Amino acid sequence: MEKVTLTIDQQKVEVEKGTTVLEAAKEVGIDVPSLCYHPDLTLHGACRVCVVENVEDESLMASCVSPVREGMEISTRSMKARRARRRNVELLLANHPNDCLGCDRNGTCELQDITHSLGITQKDIEEISGEVREVPKDETGPALKRDPNKCILCGRCVRVCEEVQGVSALQFSNRGFDSIVTTAFDLPQSEINCANCGQCATVCPVGAITEVSEIQKVWNAIEDEDVHVVAQTAPSIQATIGEEFGYKPGTVVTGELVSALRKLGFDSVFSTEFTADLTILEEGTEFLERLIENKNLPHITSCCPGWVKYAEHNYSDLLNHLSTAKSPQQMFSALSKTYYAESTNIDPKDIYTVSIMPCTAKKFEKDREEINASNLKDTDAVLTTRELARMIKEVGIQFENLNKEEYDELMGKHTGAGTIFGTTGGVAEAAVRTVKEKLTGEELERLNLGFKGINEAEVEIGDRTIKVAIANGLRNAESLLDEVRAGESDYHFIEVMACPHGCVGGGGQPLPINEKHKELRSEGLTNTDENSVVRKSHENPMIKKLYEEFLDEPNSERAHELLHTTFKCRQKN
Amino acid sequence: MKSLEDLREMRKEVEKEMQTRKNTNKPKVIIGMGTCGIAAGAREILQAVMEEMDKRDLDIEVTQTGCIGMCEKEPLMDVKLPGKDRITYGNLDKEDVKRIIVNHVINGNVVDELVIARLEE
Amino acid sequence: MKDTIYRSHVLICTGTGCVSSGAKNIKHELQDELADNDLKNEIKIVETGCHGFCEKGPIMVVYPEGVFYCQVKEEDVSEIVEEHLLKGRIVERLLFKEPMTEESIPSYEDIDFYKKQHRIALANCGKINPESINEYIANGGYEAAGKALTQMTPEEIIKEVKEAGLRGRGGGGFPTGLKWQFAFDNNSDKKYVICNADEGDPGAFMDRSVLEGDPHRIIEGMLINAYAIGADEGYVYVRAEYPLAIDRLQKAIDAAEDLGLLGEDIFGSGFNFNLHIKKGAGAFVCGEETALMASIEGKRGMPNPRPPYPAEKGLWGKPTNINNVETLANIPYIINEGSEVFSSIGTENSKGTKVFALTGKIKNTGLVEVPMGTTLQEVVYDIGGGLTDDKDFKAIQTGGPSGGCIPEDYLALPIDYDSLIEVGAMMGSGGMVVMDDSTCMVDVARFFLSFTQSESCGKCTPCREGTKRMLEILNRICDGEGKDGDIRLLEQLGEHIKDTALCGLGQTAPNPVLSTLQYFRNEYEAHIYDNKCPAGVCEELAASFTINIDSCIGCGQCVKVCPVDAISKGDGKYYIIDEEVCISCGACAKKCPVDAIFQG
Repeated sequence: MEKVTLTIDQQKVEVEKGTTVLEAAKEVGIDVPSLCYHPDLTLHGACRVCVVENVEDESLMASCVSPVREGMEISTRSMKARRARRRNVELLLANHPNDCLGCDRNGTCELQDITHSLGITQKDIEEISGEVREVPKDETGPALKRDPNKCILCGRCVRVCEEVQGVSALQFSNRGFDSIVTTAFDLPQSEINCANCGQCATVCPVGAITEVSEIQKVWNAIEDEDVHVVAQTAPSIQATIGEEFGYKPGTVVTGELVSALRKLGFDSVFSTEFTADLTILEEGTEFLERLIENKNLPHITSCCPGWVKYAEHNYSDLLNHLSTAKSPQQMFSALSKTYYAESTNIDPKDIYTVSIMPCTAKKFEKDREEINASNLKDTDAVLTTRELARMIKEVGIQFENLNKEEYDELMGKHTGAGTIFGTTGGVAEAAVRTVKEKLTGEELERLNLGFKGINEAEVEIGDRTIKVAIANGLRNAESLLDEVRAGESDYHFIEVMACPHGCVGGGGQPLPINEKHKELRSEGLTNTDENSVVRKSHENPMIKKLYEEFLDEPNSERAHELLHTTFKCRQKN
Repeated sequence: MKSLEDLREMRKEVEKEMQTRKNTNKPKVIIGMGTCGIAAGAREILQAVMEEMDKRDLDIEVTQTGCIGMCEKEPLMDVKLPGKDRITYGNLDKEDVKRIIVNHVINGNVVDELVIARLEE
Repeated sequence: MKDTIYRSHVLICTGTGCVSSGAKNIKHELQDELADNDLKNEIKIVETGCHGFCEKGPIMVVYPEGVFYCQVKEEDVSEIVEEHLLKGRIVERLLFKEPMTEESIPSYEDIDFYKKQHRIALANCGKINPESINEYIANGGYEAAGKALTQMTPEEIIKEVKEAGLRGRGGGGFPTGLKWQFAFDNNSDKKYVICNADEGDPGAFMDRSVLEGDPHRIIEGMLINAYAIGADEGYVYVRAEYPLAIDRLQKAIDAAEDLGLLGEDIFGSGFNFNLHIKKGAGAFVCGEETALMASIEGKRGMPNPRPPYPAEKGLWGKPTNINNVETLANIPYIINEGSEVFSSIGTENSKGTKVFALTGKIKNTGLVEVPMGTTLQEVVYDIGGGLTDDKDFKAIQTGGPSGGCIPEDYLALPIDYDSLIEVGAMMGSGGMVVMDDSTCMVDVARFFLSFTQSESCGKCTPCREGTKRMLEILNRICDGEGKDGDIRLLEQLGEHIKDTALCGLGQTAPNPVLSTLQYFRNEYEAHIYDNKCPAGVCEELAASFTINIDSCIGCGQCVKVCPVDAISKGDGKYYIIDEEVCISCGACAKKCPVDAIFQG
């Protein structure tokens, strides 16, 4: 690779040709402030906050989109550059509500941070103040809400939705000062092809896109003495929530998490990993049948609600390939109002089931019409990791001083297979572990499916070679699904996770979410799996008990009634 | 069209369409088209001129003029070659027109017996 | 009789300007009249493109004499047929009269408006039927393409264009040959050429006129361009608001395809080239080349950062060359006549001619093509005939909404790319608006800025937010609410936007404000500090009217027209105006039979 030498703030640096000035500045230890730039997205060059000065001709350039040139001399800190940077931030603030106190992103807002570090004052903003954008908010969404008045038009949401997810639910509309980011034809969030994955909310530097909060509902349930509040925590939460309390990304804080939930007032605390194990048995059995009968292959996972909705919009002709097994959240909730209610003799009507999820799409999933098995609403509330952390902070629980506690046993016991549901490739690996052993009695060596894009593996099961593929990020799913549609796919099992890296990169996870954080979180989960005593779903003793006492056997009639679901065709708008 | 030569051939062909609009130093034929002229058959004369133009690929300018007061000599036709005297012919018929075109317009020889006036340059 | 020979051709301009002033009806009337007089076989009606003198439209030119009739009405047609076409007598009253001398000029070439022009890009406009490929070929069309494809190498063509010194006519003035060289140097299995016909400057219509009046010239220019850089596909990006241009261009493309001038193995050279039209939805910013390409690709027309330049990664990621209509219209001339002939026209760094759309308070408005280096004076007075009502010249605004206002002191300025930049204006696509002393320069700046502000794509912060703030400041100055510090803030914001905006639109948007601040700062100051609009344009600041009691005859007509009842009977027979109530509309002054009412 060709090298280029340039000077940044009087330090010489040698970087690869094609590097941007902003990236080169990082090499010499300078973080040039920026807003529209995002390392996982294409370059946009819109906010002009990252301007630096070209010393040779005193011109300014947006460093995020300027490739380095040999002999270039850059100042990131000249008066001219700093003034221009400030002015652009001031211009953004002059058209921003600046109501930080009530904003969901107060404290995690990048605009707020930059304003603070540049020392911009109210007076600076007032000098150029004038008309402020006033357009209606969209709070119709089941999972996400948008406040276009807070939007700084950096386009990160537009880019993530188009480039990473291939959904393109959001686009720029109108011109000039009237520009906004909106849905096609300004349709309400609830009526569009949005998968509710929440990636937009994770890349939004400000509070323009946030999750629909259910905190108050949950407090109300906890407060009500007649209500028995059950919590389930998704596999990834234990490896991410620590970040909200100052832990390093990837630190696994399972015990503290359980303890915090009990302190908040949940009557029982369970893990969705338990029903992840159950999913493996149900889905694994279904897959085995399909494999033997050679029908509806490739078998495609359906535990990710973002992916399911995307498929319903875009691949409704392939819905018979999706596993009919419900997601672990919904299996759990169905059991919480049947199995758990029976076991504890509590009237299911008095049970309030809350799931702690890394995910905004789970908020949508819980409201699906066809999903309720218990004649009640199976899941009553979904809290994201961020929302749970906020509740813990609200009541002042010192998270780091909590004792490590265990999940309640009945639906808290889980295996390492359930744990790795929280990261991409985990579901496939867990399923193949069980299927292989059931068929051949042999144990599976690691599949080691990576985190990026599309990965595939081949597993020898007896005399058959099973081809497994995983896709994370819906754009990647699209290419696998197009092969299936064209009849050119030779895979047997496909796992799809709507979010890059799977649930550790979910739309409800602590901010910031970047490549490094996601890797560490995944590592946290795989280490937990490797250190688990029981690592195969079918060996989970409480799962065995569940089948013996309640469900009979995988894919039994009762299991079908409670644990399987249907899909529907949705408009491709 | 498969070569530059084809294009040039075609250009020669279609240039005729445009010659009426190029009026630099062309021979001029002027026909008296007042009421008297028309009554005496000037339109036929005009048509005869144009037939000759077409037949012989002539690049000439054909215009008309009104009554010049010699009504009894109509139809009248003037020929003006670049740099030469303007010759007025009178009492013409179609055959005369052919003679004038061939002898005068093309070859530069005035058809003396038909001349009724001469306007020096 | 063969249909090729007619004794007379009557050219009727059916450019958009003349069509809107009634050219189509005139054509129908003429058809009827010719039929009635049995002249159909002798006289040919030719529809042409724009002559550039739209103000005087509908225009009719009668050959072989080349008589130029203007502002022809339907009822004039029978007279033209009877008098001119039958009897050879020119209809004097329909001739053009020189505004300076009042002299009637029968011939096209002798009108000052045309006499001082040098037409290369517009050479055929108004002279041929744009829907006839034969007429284009008869005038030497496709000769240059034939020569280029069969006798020249791409390198030779690029060298010729470079040596000609041709620079982009769309605004930037980038050397065309160099642009071609870059696209040529980038190897690729696929390349594109694009003609930028997204003409959006208010008042500018040179691109439309060329497309309407001489579409084959653009096809030929693109064909040569494509061959030179190795592209086999091209797009003409035309705004959908130009239906006639699109229609004529499509007919021209079809005709060229039928003759094998587009398609496979053109001129037997083995070179293939296909051309498509892409209709733009009328966003001004789509004239910016990266936004234009995004639009062709079906995306929102928003500019992208450069580099990468289109020559490297253009349409669908392939090397692409984009030139403006007028630039391409010069290419056949350069190939036919050679770079030396072309570069002998113009100034040292700006070669050839430039088409300007001359508008504003000037007698002869229209499209004019003059050699680079022609002075503003010549354009305004010799070609434009001076100011209407012989008012005093105040400024000329060049370069469209992103240009600048040039004051009287610079009338002797020879127009070229660099001289205009030096005085704070720019060439742009060639808009020229002449302003007289009744123009308020703050209001002018506000007008242009409001255009760019509403046409901003909204992508980058300085353009989206900054131009809005500048506009708000200008609005308050014009409304009489300007504050101390506003001028400084306008300058700061203007320089800031110039320095940090993403694309050319934003970078040049502050120009009208900055250049009027440079030359007409006193007018801004008068608005802010003296609460006066010197030109009397800004309503909130306009001085009230007063009645000169010595001349007032007490007729009371002013009272009747005053919309706010500000006028009442004074002590004597005269009337007086209540300053507090007067809104300075001027209705009374217009009505006064003895000119007793004045402003100030």
